[in-house]
Amino acid sequence: MKTYKIMERKYIWIGISLIVISLGFVFMAFRGLNWGIDFTGGNILHFDLNQSYDLARARAILEKLDIKEFEAKKAGDDQQELIIRTVELSKDLQAKVQEALRQEWPETELVRAETIDAVIGKELQRQAIIALIIANIGMLIYITFRFELYSAIAAVIALVHDVLVVVSFYAIFNVPVDSTFIAVILTLVGYSINDTIVIFDRIRENLRVMNKASFDEVANLSISQSLSRTINTSLTTLLTITALYFLGGETIKDFTLALIVGISAGTYSSIFIASPLWSILRGKTQAAKA
Amino acid sequence: MNSKTKSLLKIAAVIFAAAVLAYAALYGFQIAGYKIIPIKDAIKLGLDLRGGVSILLEAKPKAGEKITDDKMTGAEKVIRNRIDQLGVAEPLIVRQGDSRILVELPGVKDAERAQELIGKTASLQFISADNEVILTGENVVDAKAVYGEQNEPLVSLKFDSEGAKKFAVATEKYLEQPIAIMLDDQIISAPTVKTIITNGEAVITNMPSIEYAAELAALIRAGALPVDLEQRQVTTVGPTLGADSIDKSLKAGTIGVALVLVFMLFFYRLPGLVADFALLVYILMVLTIFSGIGATLTLPGIAGFILSIGIAVDANVLIFERIKEELRNGKSLRAAVDAGFHRALTTIIDSNITTIIAAVVLLYFGTGPVKGFAVTLIIGIAVSMFTAITVTRVILANLVSARLITNKKLFGA
Repeated sequence: MKTYKIMERKYIWIGISLIVISLGFVFMAFRGLNWGIDFTGGNILHFDLNQSYDLARARAILEKLDIKEFEAKKAGDDQQELIIRTVELSKDLQAKVQEALRQEWPETELVRAETIDAVIGKELQRQAIIALIIANIGMLIYITFRFELYSAIAAVIALVHDVLVVVSFYAIFNVPVDSTFIAVILTLVGYSINDTIVIFDRIRENLRVMNKASFDEVANLSISQSLSRTINTSLTTLLTITALYFLGGETIKDFTLALIVGISAGTYSSIFIASPLWSILRGKTQAAKA
Repeated sequence: MNSKTKSLLKIAAVIFAAAVLAYAALYGFQIAGYKIIPIKDAIKLGLDLRGGVSILLEAKPKAGEKITDDKMTGAEKVIRNRIDQLGVAEPLIVRQGDSRILVELPGVKDAERAQELIGKTASLQFISADNEVILTGENVVDAKAVYGEQNEPLVSLKFDSEGAKKFAVATEKYLEQPIAIMLDDQIISAPTVKTIITNGEAVITNMPSIEYAAELAALIRAGALPVDLEQRQVTTVGPTLGADSIDKSLKAGTIGVALVLVFMLFFYRLPGLVADFALLVYILMVLTIFSGIGATLTLPGIAGFILSIGIAVDANVLIFERIKEELRNGKSLRAAVDAGFHRALTTIIDSNITTIIAAVVLLYFGTGPVKGFAVTLIIGIAVSMFTAITVTRVILANLVSARLITNKKLFGA
């Protein structure tokens, strides 16, 4: 079996992540996150026009109705659907939108309408953040108990890394941040920590027999030994999500795409972030002892 | 019985159990009065999949008002009463947290009418036969179900001093006539005045049961102490979109599962085939548990489940990689399989427990969707540990010990 020299370039791997995350933060600083209606409040109106149409004309119709802030996009397999996200509209205005669209495209049907108050989304967000912090502390304690403190710190930092990469993805590609964002983060936390622990478990096992080796060597061997597992599990997971992305319909496209990004980040971080961090942290203490 | 037959019997037993599970899940059956409903009929679909209107209401306290549990229960009863008038099949009305009520009305298309009906504040009136309003809910202090002197169920009403005066006048005027108690313009009871009541304490007799009396009392209380409800979230999903979502996610799921099955078979050969079998058992078991605990399947729920299928083979991947390694180190097939399972076990347990810690925290601190997510995650992990470890092990170890497979190449090593 080949042992990959991953630790030799650890600062490059960490650097790549830092660049991606910094880019995300630059976008966040200058453009901000695209908060979805779960957090801003507002309406989603999803129409099926039952014929092909010109998006610019649909936009013009909305502007004519004096709707100030809105986003309109095409959807559906044959691009005959129209999804409009707006600030909160009165019942009256909603009916007018439908009426105006019908005049242009008589077959228009309203297939989904949502009115959302920002309170709920914000509460869900706060709750998820609190739960995540506590979950991280719980995992930190468990990993410290089963492994040691440095593994725990490295694993949790890798987790934070994955979350930041996903946030950067939302920022860079201006994807609306709604309640599915929370679902993505929660899924990711469960998935990614699992991936990291598998490698740490191998490190723990190898440490017992490799007394003379450096931490870098132990990490390199452990990563190489678990590499086909890491890749295969990521592949089976990505296979199912990719199928969902392409075939699952418009409503879950954002969700599945963010998950694909998150799981890729999670796989990357368990190899290229968690283990290098662990080696750096352990190496420092070892040097101090010597 | 020699050990080979024993091994074969064990494998046959596992396959038989899986076949029974599959049959029950797909077609359902009846044993000794127990009826098992096929999963596709037993599992509840969320509104995003079947179409309908969902409204999340939040109680808005008036100045100085406190939202109590009793008031919320009352509000919930009032809403249920109104929805019953709408004639919606299988409505879902649940309390969420301290001050919210979620109402889901499958199949309802007219969101506006539903919103108007559900959102309005309850109004309670006592009305005479000649349509005079005698009292309103404001005059009612309390209503409760009690037993009378002959142990008959009653509703006892208490009015405030102004109500007591009005009621005294009314009972004199309408003696031997009925007084209708109206909640939201619907008569919930119409007792006949038997005596003149001056002390502000009345009873309604002729209750068929104490439960009926309790229900009526709760409705009167709810009307007397109405809570203003604000609509926080309204979602309407047309039936075509819902059906379309089911079709698409089923198709995506089938293809996703097929890809995983092919991948495992291609990469791990015989053990891969065993893992595929275990994965199908996983899918059946999770769906059976979902329908057993009455979980509602939503679109994100299906996505999460399909994702969990990809993750569920992880334990198998870990074990098989270990077996390959042991084989490469020159161990015999039997020893390699044993060592592979043994050594992968700590890894599987440590990694899954870490995930479960996260899930349990979410379950404990989350509400609504976050809680649902955590439950799904925990069920998925627990079941996958059983199928990927136990089911695979019984089959694989017995295949090896029955000497049905002796070729190491079948393990992809």
